[in-house]
Amino acid sequence: MIYLDYAANHPVDPVVLTHFCEVEQRCCGNPNASHPAGQAAKQQMARTTEAIAALLGVRPTEVLYTSGATESNNLALKGIALAGGRRSGHILTTPLEHSSVSGSLEALRQQGFTVDRLDILPDGTLDIAQLRARLREDTVLVAISAVSSELGTIQPVEQVADMLRAFPHCRLHVDAAQAVGRIPLSFAGVDTVSIAPHKFGGLNGSGLLIKREGLALEPLLHGGESASAYRSGTPAVALAAAAEVALRLALENREVRFARVRALHDRLLEGLRRYPKVRINSSDCAVPHILNLSIAGVKGTRFQQALAGQGVCVSVKSACASDGQPSEAVLAISCDRRNALSSWRISLSHLTTEQEIEAFLQIFDVCYHTLAEKNP
Amino acid sequence: MQENNTALIAMSGGVDSSVAAYLTQRAGYTCAGVTMRLYRNEDIGLCQYRTCCSQRDIDDAAEVAFELDMPFHVADYTAAFKTQVIEKFVRVYENGGTPNPCIDCNRYMKFSHLLDFAAQKGYHYVVTGHYARIAYDEKTGRWLLKKAKDQQKDQSYVLYMLSQEQLARIMFPLGELTKPEVRDIAAQQGFVNARKHDSQDICFVPDGDYVAFMERFTGKQYAAGDYLDLSGKVVGRHRGAVCYTLGQRKGLRLALGEPVYVCQKSMADNTVTVGPESTLYTRSLIADDLNWIPFDKPAGPMRLTACTRHHQKEQAVTAALLSDGRLRLDFDVPQRAVTPGQAVVLYDGELVVGGGTIQESF
Repeated sequence: MIYLDYAANHPVDPVVLTHFCEVEQRCCGNPNASHPAGQAAKQQMARTTEAIAALLGVRPTEVLYTSGATESNNLALKGIALAGGRRSGHILTTPLEHSSVSGSLEALRQQGFTVDRLDILPDGTLDIAQLRARLREDTVLVAISAVSSELGTIQPVEQVADMLRAFPHCRLHVDAAQAVGRIPLSFAGVDTVSIAPHKFGGLNGSGLLIKREGLALEPLLHGGESASAYRSGTPAVALAAAAEVALRLALENREVRFARVRALHDRLLEGLRRYPKVRINSSDCAVPHILNLSIAGVKGTRFQQALAGQGVCVSVKSACASDGQPSEAVLAISCDRRNALSSWRISLSHLTTEQEIEAFLQIFDVCYHTLAEKNP
Repeated sequence: MQENNTALIAMSGGVDSSVAAYLTQRAGYTCAGVTMRLYRNEDIGLCQYRTCCSQRDIDDAAEVAFELDMPFHVADYTAAFKTQVIEKFVRVYENGGTPNPCIDCNRYMKFSHLLDFAAQKGYHYVVTGHYARIAYDEKTGRWLLKKAKDQQKDQSYVLYMLSQEQLARIMFPLGELTKPEVRDIAAQQGFVNARKHDSQDICFVPDGDYVAFMERFTGKQYAAGDYLDLSGKVVGRHRGAVCYTLGQRKGLRLALGEPVYVCQKSMADNTVTVGPESTLYTRSLIADDLNWIPFDKPAGPMRLTACTRHHQKEQAVTAALLSDGRLRLDFDVPQRAVTPGQAVVLYDGELVVGGGTIQESF
């Protein structure tokens, strides 16, 4: 098997798993309990949270634990929009967002909010000038991804944050699920940031939401306030500890891993560009970890299935949406429905080997000749 | 805005609707495909980690739409399908009838919601792969529904409820073709699904066990009850009256020395009455929820033919409206197991005159 779907899920780092098992077995108490076992778990949570905060350059009170980026996005978007009993307002976003962002915003739209989607430039970045023009007095929220999951485009988060300084009532949410460990992150001027450890060697079922201190959120989950008033539930001590280790490894090794993935990506791109019907949808503004492409005239699902038949794992659209519709992200950059329907995504990791890239290119060649050349 | 050469094709990914799409496009219409999402696995009590039929239809139809290079939509009718089709299905069974969910699906999903969807999106026609024909009668100014050219595949039985407004905006491109001709076109066009066979069962009960489905759906356990003979004597125990349908012989698990059939059910008492086959025959029925196609209302009694179930041989009948607006049919020869809840459809030659839902037979 050749696994090239790391943007959907990244295998856990053995160091992370070992640490998870160690903490899970050691901390048997509920951190909410006042007895010694509970207090030991609470201390572990405090240490973990301080470490995560230090790694990210935020305060410990700004770290919330969730079940994953989907919950983080839901909590941030609904929490900000609905805070203080608000039931209307203007929200700006892009067509590149993950379904947990677009789905949350659709739910808010049904409750009375206006959701406005910005155009995407051909390089996959959002149109900053249009964002400035569309900001209104009643704009309560701007929701963007730091790195788009389908195309890999790095969005100008800092520029957006700077622009929003003139709009003190407008909050900025950044979905950084695909960004951590790939690009440097800046939290300046950002109100909430979603992080998904399972995208960089952490465990599934754990997520982080970085929430600027002083920002009020309407919680999604109500209950005790021991962990945070914004997210109830018994703290998952070992999952949090695992997230810390994954985050440390991802940040410490970011540059080395990035360079390695860049080299793999360049080799891949060189191989794919030889084929006349290949259209590369990811631009130079994308991280090398994500490469979106279309084979003209061959539906993306078809090509993906052919590759799957040869043991190659790639994905069509992001893993979380499949309803026969063209990829909105690819449609947004190419304005070509057929191209969007033909698109699929390769995603790489530092774990990917040169041998895998070469083997992939050989299998690709076979599938290309079978599928693309029978469709003149 | 809405031009008369635009068509929205209801596609299931199957042979018939794929060929219907191809033919409509070839006839010069600007086309788009649409597939209805009718349920999710969780809705029908199946594991959500298995691909549901509804999703498979969407995937297959999207594939065909891509081949034909037409835009493709998914219309989410999960909420409407639940209330208008599944819940009615359960209600009719629980009231002692035998429901016909495919007719309700045509009536409410395909030819009501989908026509609205088409209008919203700016498409004039809705096209389906049904085997039936629509014609316009210049003399009366009415739209007519006729049987398909391929009598074996004719599906006019499930279309009797179409109104004039609906017929004016529907096209059935397969009405003039035979199934082998349709298969040939599908094979020539290389539709990936050309080998997919016709769907038979109720789509939301893929294993055919409708009782197990209803128990999952309602959370109820249908209580066992008594089998009675014609004199009212208890002759055995059954699994619950909803589990049986009129005329049923197999699966009764009764050994009375002679073959017996379900000839009556009392939902109130949860009893099932069994008797010899001769008791199943009735000569008359009453139907309501009527629809008429070549006219608004019959002028007087009519001599017609009728089907009381799909693919049944038509039977000669005299049809007359009762003063309460319901329809009475008197058959020339007694009919076996005329079942409340099923549709009765009336024909005059190849013309569909109308139909209704059977209320009672006697």
